[in-house]
Amino acid sequence: MPILKDRLTPALGALTLVLLLAGLWLSLTAPADVNQGLLVRLMFVHVPTAWLSYLAYGGTGLFGLLYLITRQRRYDRLAMSSGEIGVLFTVATIVGGMLWAKPTWGTYWVWDARLTTTALSLVVYGAYLLVRGLIDDPERRARVSAVIGVVGTLYIPVNYMAVEWWRGVHQTQTLKLLGGMNWGAAPVYGIALTVMTVAFTVLYLYLLRVRGILAVRQERREEREFELPEPQGTPLSGAGVRRG
Amino acid sequence: MNQGWQQILTIARKDARLAGRTRDTLLATAFYAALVLLVLGLALGPDDARLKPAAAGAVWAALALSSAIASGRAFAQEQEAGALEQLTLYPGPHGALYLGKWLGSWLQLLVLALLVLPLGLLLFGAAGGGQVLPWPALGLVALLGVTGLSASSTFYAAITVNLRAREALLPALAFPLLVPVVLSTVKATSLLIGGGWSSEVAAWLSFLAVFDVGTLIVCTLLFPFAVE
Repeated sequence: MPILKDRLTPALGALTLVLLLAGLWLSLTAPADVNQGLLVRLMFVHVPTAWLSYLAYGGTGLFGLLYLITRQRRYDRLAMSSGEIGVLFTVATIVGGMLWAKPTWGTYWVWDARLTTTALSLVVYGAYLLVRGLIDDPERRARVSAVIGVVGTLYIPVNYMAVEWWRGVHQTQTLKLLGGMNWGAAPVYGIALTVMTVAFTVLYLYLLRVRGILAVRQERREEREFELPEPQGTPLSGAGVRRG
Repeated sequence: MNQGWQQILTIARKDARLAGRTRDTLLATAFYAALVLLVLGLALGPDDARLKPAAAGAVWAALALSSAIASGRAFAQEQEAGALEQLTLYPGPHGALYLGKWLGSWLQLLVLALLVLPLGLLLFGAAGGGQVLPWPALGLVALLGVTGLSASSTFYAAITVNLRAREALLPALAFPLLVPVVLSTVKATSLLIGGGWSSEVAAWLSFLAVFDVGTLIVCTLLFPFAVE
């Protein structure tokens, strides 16, 4: 892969920057909310970070599935990158939510269903990354972690529906996927939130690409150190062991 | 298809016979569950007003933790005997291997639940003392709960059996998926203790049933990739 001639990554980075600046401008100029005051501005970051972490966990599952089907190592690298991004942005979501919760709910943390299931995702994907560190054989590592990543995707609907099923203090979904769209706030908030969400989606693609490239370089360095043959060039190990 | 069913039953029967002869898993999990109940009982104090609302949570915490041990043993004993590789080399679908192993630990866990559920509720003051409990409904909760617990922990036990620090990793991997099961069983049990059968109990149980079936299907489909 001609890493040095890569034009897509800087383009994605520039687009992220422009969109983030536009989103920031929109969300900082939006009028203060009747109930929440200036605190509403935190929502323009909190909701997109949560969206990005869903996207990243979904990506881990999707790339894991693609790896299991195609047995191409690049999908494993993408799944790992996506998992790392997901954990990072879950932490960002929780921290942002805590900063918002202290002045509004009066406490940083409550054992609400949405909060608890969000914190659990750190355990699911933390364990995913931990297991990756415990297996030395790259093929087996890719296979086992792909399975964990795919099953971990079950967590996303549970987390998404948690506010419906358990009715805690957390407000219901910002974007309702079931039963028609319903936006309860002024349209100016909607525009700011949409721009920010798009910006974070592009940010995800950018980070995924950067981390993926880093993973390729890491793999090459490891191969040089151990003087092992190129793992991509071993079609035998993929087809021969598939059925055990 | 027929061969798959036969394989499931053969593996489950083998595990059941082994469990009946040695009884080590059953004894270990029974002692473990009793220990959890005792620790929780001591931690929450002798105050009956605090123990009673915690009864459902304590019982299902004990069962959830025991399910990881039981399923972990199901694969670890094969590994220790060097039989895991042969088991995966037998002809027939790998999904059947998972379902057989699941059925084996499901049976043991069901026996455990039938002991722990009444005993735990009695210890925590939620049963006995002239109180009439809807036992058939509680039995249904136990059946569905045990199904969900053993389905996810059996699946992850197959993954962690080859890892270093498998005992520590199995709960870390499996418990996030066990959480929906634990939540709905605890809710259903405490609702049943509090006021008997209601539409809310039915809603929790139907969620649990859907989750059980979903977990079993996803795990059966993915299991061939987990062991190969």
